[in-house]
Amino acid sequence: MPGLLILEQTLNGLQFGLMLFLLAAGLTLVFGVMDMVNLAHGSLYMVGAFVAAWLVKLSGSFVLGVAGSVVLTGLFGMALEAGLLRTLYTRDHLSQVLATFALILILNDGVKMLFGNDLPLSAPAALGGPVELLPGLPYPAYRLLILGVGVALALLLYLLVQHTRLGALVRAGASNREMASAMGTNVTRLFTGVFGIGAALCAVAGALLGPLLAVQVGMGENILITAFVVVVIGGIGSIRGALVGAILVGAIDTLGRTLLQHLFREFLSPQWASAAGPAAASVAVYVFMAVVLAIKPQGLFPARS
Amino acid sequence: MLPAEPRAPAPAARPVAALAALALPAAVVLALPWLLQVLGLDFYLSLASRIVVYAIAATSLNLVLGYGGLVSFGHAAFFGIGAYVTGIMISEGVQSGGAHLAATILITALAALLIGAISLRTRGVYFIMITLAFAQMLFFLANSVKGYGGDEGLTIRARSLFSFAGQVLDLKNPLAFYYAALAVLALSLLALARFVPSRFGRAVSALRDDDLRAEAIGFPTYRYKLVLFVAAGALGGVAGALSVNLQGYVSPNLLHWTQSGTLMVMVILGGVGTVWGGLAGAAALLLLEEVLGSWTEHGNFWTGWVLLAVVLFARRGLVGLFAPRQAGTVR
Repeated sequence: MPGLLILEQTLNGLQFGLMLFLLAAGLTLVFGVMDMVNLAHGSLYMVGAFVAAWLVKLSGSFVLGVAGSVVLTGLFGMALEAGLLRTLYTRDHLSQVLATFALILILNDGVKMLFGNDLPLSAPAALGGPVELLPGLPYPAYRLLILGVGVALALLLYLLVQHTRLGALVRAGASNREMASAMGTNVTRLFTGVFGIGAALCAVAGALLGPLLAVQVGMGENILITAFVVVVIGGIGSIRGALVGAILVGAIDTLGRTLLQHLFREFLSPQWASAAGPAAASVAVYVFMAVVLAIKPQGLFPARS
Repeated sequence: MLPAEPRAPAPAARPVAALAALALPAAVVLALPWLLQVLGLDFYLSLASRIVVYAIAATSLNLVLGYGGLVSFGHAAFFGIGAYVTGIMISEGVQSGGAHLAATILITALAALLIGAISLRTRGVYFIMITLAFAQMLFFLANSVKGYGGDEGLTIRARSLFSFAGQVLDLKNPLAFYYAALAVLALSLLALARFVPSRFGRAVSALRDDDLRAEAIGFPTYRYKLVLFVAAGALGGVAGALSVNLQGYVSPNLLHWTQSGTLMVMVILGGVGTVWGGLAGAAALLLLEEVLGSWTEHGNFWTGWVLLAVVLFARRGLVGLFAPRQAGTVR
């Protein structure tokens, strides 16, 4: 197994992990503070990707399109929170599951009506080529951009949550909502804002992953569950936990795919190995979650005291 | 959290009235194939069969979700395992329906025992996530078994054959399938109705309402929950085995989390913790999809709005619309 391949896959894993973090950040706050199971979080990721693809085509500029999608999806998320999801905070988990599952159906078909089943979205031409990171290791420039944006946003979010007044309020809400509310925080309004930021982050992930994966209806369903796994591993309600969990899950998934496939090739036929590798990597993510929960039932960084 | 079941023993006159109220719908359901043929709507028999199959699956989920108060988000695992066990046996040339049924029940019960034994040690949100995780693992596993179709799924040509006393019942015959599935559903509903007022049923509803108190009284709550989980898993597996007989096809999508979500939606829509909830929810959701799907290409869009309206305005599900809330039940 060549070292350069492992290095390349580690970078890919880190990049996937950072994008997962963007999804998990909003999810963990809504889940942790409002005790709300939001299955429609993946739909915001899809909406963000579609709006970005549409705006990129309209404006001819990748940056403008992505920025526009981030703003619009953020506003859409806030409207959704204020108009519907807010009424669900006090309901039981079953009602939340039914309502947000309904939202998935509505948003999937709504996007299909507006934009069709899929939209083309490609990386900006300037970033189309590879960059030689090390001698003998060319790496796609666009993936480096994702890595850079991911690291920058993770840092920004960390500073926002750990070192600003707004962040302190959010953390107070996550550790004890009633107390924060009794101390005079308007938790309801705070959370419309938090939900908007969460939706905007979904749009960043959707728009940036769009050229690598595909912008299509239903793209949110699979990644949603992975984001939930990240949230549970990290500790529900913890931003720091979401970051660590996302990077671990990203690495396990991406490295597992390549390494396990290589491993399986030793004793399976190539055809079987190429099928079993990705499956085993996907399963490994869930096994990892089970192991973490067995050792630390509240996740790696429990938010609640 | 969940509406409690009526506890008071029914007055002697009620069963007779209830039976009379059931007679008409039962007659319609039994005569449905004939009615459809008279009306020239034969095509809808397969829809009716699909409703029956999903009603069995939803009823089995309602057992853990509604009666046990355990929010299992991985019930599609058992439906899928059942479908794969029967599908693989048929593709390997085993045609005996009895063997399919026995293997399906045995394997899904074992899977439920394993998954339940681990998952039931957690509670709340963690139980939701662990059951979901197990179902997802099986989903990826099904995707990777190239020998049985992999991600493309497995198509079978033959169906389960049941032979007794020289008679052969082939589930390939749509009429035979409809009545066979209906019999399974009727038996499940009957068993559920008998289970609720039984000793075990009352113990289960006690631990649903207050887990700690039930444990303090001396109920082996973990073991009771596990029995419930295994029974629900096995019944879900039987529904899956019927499904592969109906569709002639099994694919990993049967194990996808959205399938678990759909089963959950059926239960919540119909009525959580009610005998008829699973049937009502399966019938309502599938009929809604069928009707809306025939009007517009975007049926799911409108289905979603209907479900939202149910969450916001009919909090006890469809069954709750017809059954008045029992006096003295605690909300």
